[in-house]
Amino acid sequence: MTVTFEDAITRYDPVLGIEVHVELGTRTKMFDDAPSPAGGTEPEGANELVTPVSLGLPGALPVVNGAAVEHAIRIGLALGCQIAETCRFARKNYFYPDIPKNFQTSQYDEPIAFDGHLDVELSDGTVVRVEIERAHMEEDAGKNTHVGGADGRIHGASHSLVDYNRAGVPLVEIVTKPITGVGERAPEVARAYVQTLRDIFRALGVSEARMERGNVRADINVSLRPSPDAPLGTRTETKNVNSFRSIERAVRFEVARQAEVLDGGGTVVQETRHFHEDTGTTSPGRVKSDAEDYRYFPEPDLVPIAPSREWVEEIRASLPELPAARRRRLQAEWGYADAEMRDVVNAGALDLIEATVAAGASPAAARKWWMGELARTAKAQEVALEELPVTPAAIGELQALVDSGRINDKLARQVLEGVLAGEGSPEEVVTARGLEIVSDDGPLLEVIDATLAAQPDIAEKIRGGNLGPMGVIIGAVMKATRGQADAGRVRELVMERVQG
Amino acid sequence: MSTIDSAEVVRLAGLARIDLTEDEVTRLAGELDVIVQAVATVSEVAGPGVPATSHPIPLTNVFRDDVPGETLDRDEVLSQAPEAEDGKFAVPQILGEDA
Repeated sequence: MTVTFEDAITRYDPVLGIEVHVELGTRTKMFDDAPSPAGGTEPEGANELVTPVSLGLPGALPVVNGAAVEHAIRIGLALGCQIAETCRFARKNYFYPDIPKNFQTSQYDEPIAFDGHLDVELSDGTVVRVEIERAHMEEDAGKNTHVGGADGRIHGASHSLVDYNRAGVPLVEIVTKPITGVGERAPEVARAYVQTLRDIFRALGVSEARMERGNVRADINVSLRPSPDAPLGTRTETKNVNSFRSIERAVRFEVARQAEVLDGGGTVVQETRHFHEDTGTTSPGRVKSDAEDYRYFPEPDLVPIAPSREWVEEIRASLPELPAARRRRLQAEWGYADAEMRDVVNAGALDLIEATVAAGASPAAARKWWMGELARTAKAQEVALEELPVTPAAIGELQALVDSGRINDKLARQVLEGVLAGEGSPEEVVTARGLEIVSDDGPLLEVIDATLAAQPDIAEKIRGGNLGPMGVIIGAVMKATRGQADAGRVRELVMERVQG
Repeated sequence: MSTIDSAEVVRLAGLARIDLTEDEVTRLAGELDVIVQAVATVSEVAGPGVPATSHPIPLTNVFRDDVPGETLDRDEVLSQAPEAEDGKFAVPQILGEDA
């Protein structure tokens, strides 16, 4: 490919559409009481968490999980959506081994939530409003493992293995309206949008929302048009992009690829594409069926859902503080500048600093530790901040030792080193390594006397009123006490000694 | 007026993975057309004040508590499958890499 993203963006206006699936963390599945692998039940093996409903056995009847409906409403409300007064499930018919009933129970013309929006903050503080078309409930499919064609273990043909543990896990699918006007920032907007959603899912407590476990999956639609005034171009849908970095890369790749097709006078084919992590490229999957080919029709085995307005308001009142509001509140409480706050958020230090402040440290001190010494250590070890073997409580304790004057900043760094090395709590490290500031004048005077005696010339000069060489004496005393003396106090004591 | 022709029957049969002979297609086109017209007649009677019915029983919000129940025994489950491997159902590869 010769066209780069940077090149493409100078000639085309990208339009995004993002579909995010989130697995709800309810204990059981959407339509049956099998324990859900997304709800804290770790299956012992494949096909351990299945019932006749998960397997689509003849005669099996679904019953809606009320908790999943509540979770869906929570998500809808958090995204500023309207909640349907009545809605129903529909069958989406298609044949594929991961869906044993030959239809997915989903919602079609009557989603539970619609017409919302989400304000997404980019790394430089720019806020982009993403309009939400709808959020609907459905069930997850089973998992296929494709076995290579060459091994011939079944009838000499390549085959797939299917595990239905995931079949029936409650999902909410959130669909945006076309995201326009973001230009060269399209990849970043796509990433930030999904990240913001992930944070909201966690804050709401509706899902563990772990990307690496497939709790959150994104399908990215991209189209290009020659200018913002032109009608929307033909889009492609890149399926199951499952890391934040991949989302950015997939958008970049598709923009460049489509630009090259259009440059050559060709037309973009409306299709599903697959993203390849290793190369950062996409390749065509099956040609997307028209929606009508799914032959949606109302699910006759489930009655409509009509959330009462009282219930909806009850849920609204129980919504926790959402991440954006929390960031604004904490920034105001802590008095951080905008840039400082952004750095903290981008470094993933917000929770750690909040807990450190809760442990007694001042916001400034907490930020200094996490964004300074600890950030450097994490970077050197190539781990995330929260993976460092130190708790916010320990940092709070460390800062308390500094604040009380028992150690100074320099000693505190040594204490931290000990804590990170697994030597115990800050207090324990101070004791074990003997790092406390010598506050008792007795031992300090002994060192001062010895130092003065060892350097009689300098002692004489100071005695004669020449304070120039005072630093030499203080330095020697500090060295002898391994930095554990308070320099100001040493100076006072030296003056007393020479004058006394 | 005929709304279901042979081509439509062939398309629907393809979507539903049903193999039909030419005779069956012709016969079904006629039969399905009668059904569609009968439903159309009902639509004429129902005025704008009659909401569309997807369920005959006027019930809503039938929910289950989020409490785990019994699951099936895996060996029993897999005993129903033509082929199984590693505790999973083994099926022919049908759509390439599309997962």
